[in-house]
Amino acid sequence: MNALVQPARPDPDTSQQSGATASGAEILLRVLRDQGVDVVFGYPGGAVLPIYDALFQQDAIRHILVRHEQAAVHAAEGYARSTGRVGVVLVTSGPGATNAVTGLLDALMDSVPVVCLTGQVPTHLIGNDAFQEADTTGITRPVTKHNYLVKQSCDLARTVHDAFYVARSGRPGPVVVDLPKDILIAPAPYVAASTKPHRSYRPITQPDPAAIRTAVRALKAARRPVVYAGGGVINAGPEASRLLAELVRLADLPATLTLMGLGCFPASDRHFLGMLGMHGTYEANLAMHGCDVLLNIGARFDDRVTGRLSAFSPDSFKIHADIDPSNINKNVAVDVPIVGDAALTLRALIDAWHDEPVPQNTAALAAWWREIAGWRSIDSLRFTQPPAPDAVIKPQFAVQRLAQLCAASGRDTFITTEVGQHQMWAAQHFPFDKPNRWMTSGGLGTMGYGLPAASGVQVAHPDALVIDIAGEASILMNIQEMGTLAQYRLPVKIFILNNEYMGMVRQWQELLHGSRYSESYSAALPDFVKLAESFHATGLRARNVGELDDVIERMLAEPGPVIADICVDKLENCYPMIPSGAAHNEMILGPEHAGRTASITNEGMMLV
Amino acid sequence: MSQTLAGTAREERLRKATISVLVDNESGVLARVIGLFSGRGYNIDSLTVAAVDDDRGRSRINVVTTGTEMVIEQIKAQLDRLVPVHRVADLTKDGPHVAREMALIKVVATGENRVESLRIAGAFRARTVDTTTGSFVFELTGSIDKVDAFIELMRPIGLAEVSRTGIAAIARGVETL
Repeated sequence: MNALVQPARPDPDTSQQSGATASGAEILLRVLRDQGVDVVFGYPGGAVLPIYDALFQQDAIRHILVRHEQAAVHAAEGYARSTGRVGVVLVTSGPGATNAVTGLLDALMDSVPVVCLTGQVPTHLIGNDAFQEADTTGITRPVTKHNYLVKQSCDLARTVHDAFYVARSGRPGPVVVDLPKDILIAPAPYVAASTKPHRSYRPITQPDPAAIRTAVRALKAARRPVVYAGGGVINAGPEASRLLAELVRLADLPATLTLMGLGCFPASDRHFLGMLGMHGTYEANLAMHGCDVLLNIGARFDDRVTGRLSAFSPDSFKIHADIDPSNINKNVAVDVPIVGDAALTLRALIDAWHDEPVPQNTAALAAWWREIAGWRSIDSLRFTQPPAPDAVIKPQFAVQRLAQLCAASGRDTFITTEVGQHQMWAAQHFPFDKPNRWMTSGGLGTMGYGLPAASGVQVAHPDALVIDIAGEASILMNIQEMGTLAQYRLPVKIFILNNEYMGMVRQWQELLHGSRYSESYSAALPDFVKLAESFHATGLRARNVGELDDVIERMLAEPGPVIADICVDKLENCYPMIPSGAAHNEMILGPEHAGRTASITNEGMMLV
Repeated sequence: MSQTLAGTAREERLRKATISVLVDNESGVLARVIGLFSGRGYNIDSLTVAAVDDDRGRSRINVVTTGTEMVIEQIKAQLDRLVPVHRVADLTKDGPHVAREMALIKVVATGENRVESLRIAGAFRARTVDTTTGSFVFELTGSIDKVDAFIELMRPIGLAEVSRTGIAAIARGVETL
């Protein structure tokens, strides 16, 4: 993903295409094939009809018709995050492009490589308020890594190659290419991908050896070290995850992961402290608070992770490795900045660890592990599920049983989520041992992400088990994508933790706003079983504990798409929790500590 | 230890920075830079932009901003990651530099004030580029402080209108952007 040089692909039929005989749309598809694109998520419209006509006349690129352009971007994100490749979106001008905006910002905030091709009115009409005209490059500038408007046919092929290079290089992100209709129709010259370095965008991938040595010395001398890794490790490819595990085991380091990083270090490994941050584990957050050396790889000190900045990890020597220099010293001042690719950085750290003669402070480390074991024994993710068959299902128990039965099935399992309580319960109770298996909207927190993302994952992995862990409110935000599942026979399983509330909103209202549940009740819900059936899928419902396992097993056995409506405890809160404006060592572990929210200051209340 | 040593000490102090950015001269590039500043809440005290290299299609943007050390480092990093940006230099930090702006200043005055305005213009080596019986337009080139001082002196005499270019800046010596 970090190649400095754009890949040159063999070009068997240059002779046929030299000169400008093919239309812009045909050249566009040829460039997509050069870039290894096998699937495009899109929705047709007037401005992109020439591209759809060209798609119709070829077999190399598959088109998946979504039901809303936002879903096209989320599907491309799911495809990209589960494969490590660039996801491709094709939408029309005007509303097609504006509908894609939420998805683009989602991809920007979570660093997902996406190329979004938008139609545009013909060049001579730009600026005239033409039908379905939008200033797409203007609107998408702050929600993309970069964007282009192709004004001349001679720029088309080069620009699209450039877009793919920018999307996947350095810190990945979404790139928009705006394509006026006349450019798609007029003949355009074919240009192969350049093998020369990019003229201006050349991210640093190789870490500075001096910084690596300083980092290793600090880690060896550390009495209380912690590794905090994030989505950057996943973006750097599976080798980076393997190297992270190698380093952590080699140095016997406690390791915690961000929401975006789940899976880049095996949850089953004894070094894993669980997720950190607002709904992270007690041991992860207290280790962050109490550590003396902090190694951050591919995470960005997000406010969900740090809590109150002035009290964040106050006594630690901080090492921050990131591909994006603008992430370093943005929120938290660090002692050792390392700019580079996560895999190359981890490789360098491991090599330097072997070369550095200073012995590790193993006695202090052993004491640190004992302290961590004490925090672990609190079992901060605990919950109580009454065992009676007619007992109400605890949402945590539903996720736990889902995870256990998925593991028992032995199938390669990919999880997507929507946004809210169910997302946090999934992050806490569904363990991941491999990268690229967990797709969630972290930075933007986009309700409606999970279903279209799952469809993109399923397109990329037709034989895998793909489950969207959802809430009954979020799922309705992109429920139209049930149509996409039906059309392409994508056997996505939608596992709704149905508590009839926008649960996280309700939880904050309970804890911070005197239980005044303003507009957070999910009134007038559809019957999800009938809804599934109307979209040619299977609908299942579990009303109590006695029905849960049977519903999960039937869901997993079903060859087609399923909605499983799991009726869970309506008032369950997601714990542990660091209330807004609080520090890592001021966690609320459960309802018994909920009174601590009374100490939340006005400043804290203002935070989201 | 980091935050207390590195963080808070430099946290509070604001400084001015003159940042020069070499960019591809393509459509939307100025909007990208301005959008970055407004979107992330950075200050723009002054901004100039013009093509400086016709053959290779590059423009130079000079922006004067104010912020803490951490914010100014952020601004530089954020500018540097924009795709059409070739080089970012913090002229204030990287070494001695020259920064100049041009201003056109209209003074409407008669009698003694009219004579006084001409005297001050002479002292500042401003050029008189337009004259009527009731007004002057002075052209003044210099540092921001010099232009500020000139304007302040003209204010009680009959300052009527000011048009300033914002600064163009370049490093002293053999180093280039």
